[in-house]
Amino acid sequence: MIYLTRRATFSASHYYWNEAWTAEKNERVFGRCANRNGHGHNYTLEVTVAGEPDPTTGFVVDLKRLRDAIEREVLEAYDHRHLNLEVPEFARTIPTAENIAIACWKRLEPAIQTVGDARLSRVRVYETPEIFAEYRGEA
Amino acid sequence: MKAYFGRRYAISASHRLNADALSPDENRAAYGKCNNPHGHGHNYVLEVLVEGAVDAETGMIVNMSALDEAVRDRAIDRFDHANLNLDPLFANRVPTTENLCRAVFELLDGSLQPAKLARVRVEETENNFFDYEGE
Repeated sequence: MIYLTRRATFSASHYYWNEAWTAEKNERVFGRCANRNGHGHNYTLEVTVAGEPDPTTGFVVDLKRLRDAIEREVLEAYDHRHLNLEVPEFARTIPTAENIAIACWKRLEPAIQTVGDARLSRVRVYETPEIFAEYRGEA
Repeated sequence: MKAYFGRRYAISASHRLNADALSPDENRAAYGKCNNPHGHGHNYVLEVLVEGAVDAETGMIVNMSALDEAVRDRAIDRFDHANLNLDPLFANRVPTTENLCRAVFELLDGSLQPAKLARVRVEETENNFFDYEGE
């Protein structure tokens, strides 16, 4: 089994806010991330797929098709957008790095099934170079 | 849903690799420049990976401020700008980065609730790093 990772970057804004809480509680729990005007990050997305190299091509997956899937499924929706206001899955789900990783998995898994025989293994989202979250498809 | 959260921290520290059980010549052969008598330093990067359920109310596995505080109190304040050889944890263990990695894991394990420590990675330089997952 070989694991192959493709990186992509997107820039987006977000804020953390739970509508069920008071403003005071949101500000206490989320700190500056609760600023209602939002703030932005340069995110780095790492998409890891797993599979056996094809005996003819030597590829686990066609990287161009993987790149196209990432651009179509994630970057077109997220890049230079306000995640809370413009991306449907974050209308009621807070776009933390954890939830972005899970959302990217849901967007990418069906698309990667059409790209070849490799299966999606891991999605990692860096919010900054020092902060990241990862989802491996576990319940 | 189970997910993972990772955080990277900087630690600058000095160490000297020298095993008491080995002769000076054997230490020189085993550790090379790392055995120089007065030690040397690194800008270590400590990467802490935790796992847990994503909380439905916060969207988080762990509050990052709480994680930062625990890592700072248990590991960074202890090792940053210190001579690792003088730490009691390394009184009988050579402060290789393997051993530093395991020491940090043991200092942090069990202290990061509600998350669970999944892995500690210590990068000694940009070209070498060590992982410990508690195995």
